[in-house]
Amino acid sequence: MQALFNFTPEELAIVWLSLKVALLCVLIILIPGIAVSWLLARKSFWGKSLLDSLVHLPLVLPPVVPGFLLLLLLGNQGLIGKHLHTYFGFSLAFTWMGAVVASAVMAFPLMVRSTRLAISQVDRNLEIAAQSLGAHPLKVFFTITLPLAMPGVITGLILAFSRSLGEFGATITFVGNIENETRTLPLAIYSYTQIPNGDWPAMRLVILSMILALGALMLSDRLERKANQKIGRQPHD
Amino acid sequence: MIEIEAKLQRKHFNLDVSLQINKRVTAIFGPSGSGKSTLLSMIAGIAQPDSGTISIDGECVFDSKLGVNKPIHQRRVGLVFQDGRLFPHMTVEQNLTYAYKLNAHQKQPIKPVDIMQLLALDALKKQQPHQLSGGEKQRVALGRALLSSPKLLMLDEPLASLDDKLKQQILPYLKLVAENINIPMLYVSHSKDEITQLTSDIVYIQNGHVLTEG
Repeated sequence: MQALFNFTPEELAIVWLSLKVALLCVLIILIPGIAVSWLLARKSFWGKSLLDSLVHLPLVLPPVVPGFLLLLLLGNQGLIGKHLHTYFGFSLAFTWMGAVVASAVMAFPLMVRSTRLAISQVDRNLEIAAQSLGAHPLKVFFTITLPLAMPGVITGLILAFSRSLGEFGATITFVGNIENETRTLPLAIYSYTQIPNGDWPAMRLVILSMILALGALMLSDRLERKANQKIGRQPHD
Repeated sequence: MIEIEAKLQRKHFNLDVSLQINKRVTAIFGPSGSGKSTLLSMIAGIAQPDSGTISIDGECVFDSKLGVNKPIHQRRVGLVFQDGRLFPHMTVEQNLTYAYKLNAHQKQPIKPVDIMQLLALDALKKQQPHQLSGGEKQRVALGRALLSSPKLLMLDEPLASLDDKLKQQILPYLKLVAENINIPMLYVSHSKDEITQLTSDIVYIQNGHVLTEG
């Protein structure tokens, strides 16, 4: 049993890379995710259903497709990527930062779904009440709408974090499976299953994945309860 | 003084009002669906008339011809709704100071401590809105609206969701506010009893039209 939890430096490096990618992914989708959720929940505008569909596209497409599109756009020969490479010497393809971008694209719709629902459930009458007291719409958003939608935002972030930890298809297509650079947990598990006697190391990483996923879910539950209590909602068991 | 001349046409409802209100407390009275709340919404900037003008305390807040339409947060109209609409993530004290701090740049004759005393809210200040009774919620909502230093205070059926016993507990507070605070008040209700306890200046509205004033 002790051997099971005695993780090697290589395994811990894989976990660290996965956590780094997932945390950065959550960080970069936080503000755009909230902004797009608010737009979809509260505004009517031309092209809204197109934006809605585009945001949710990664959920329904085979993950390889967004990965391939990212390669076409941001690869070293891609539409945008070639300029990044030429003028800034900066590459996303086949780097861990590219893995963050691939994860962000795949996790974004989960963040938006949860946050959008939470924002649309905030009573608009409370927003009107705040405005009638003299609050500018931006102030209303930060003091009323966002705090009241916080449980949904937290759920969205944890879902996005978990999705990023499990991201495989878009990542392997866009950034490959390079040891110590882009080999996150799912890619490492896959790699072990492809070699003889790889079942045991794969199993150890599966256990690590489960610990991380369970930890994320428990943290989500705790944070959601706290956020619900803060806005006066009774926690439901 | 509030001057309104406004028309609003909806599928099954037409509102066409012309009013000058310059009394301390004016009651807007009429049956359900007569347009009382719509009138308040137009003054507050929640609903937009199709045409007309609205001015509050000499300041034009809406003029369809000149294209003036001040947003709600710039109209300085305090609103108390039937359901209180307290912010559920804030304590009573935070609800009250929210309004006060928002208007910190203006000269504010009413201070939170005065309101807490006037409306007997001191004992409730650390409580969350879900811990309050219906009557207490309305007292906080009233205090919060007053602390936004409005030019006009509008109460839209504030007692409608309370039982008779609670209504009788709140009415003295409304009278206190009317007597002690120098802000014109528009009080919407369909209850004669409530209105007669507060004022004798009544505007009667039916089917979107003002029938009588005085």
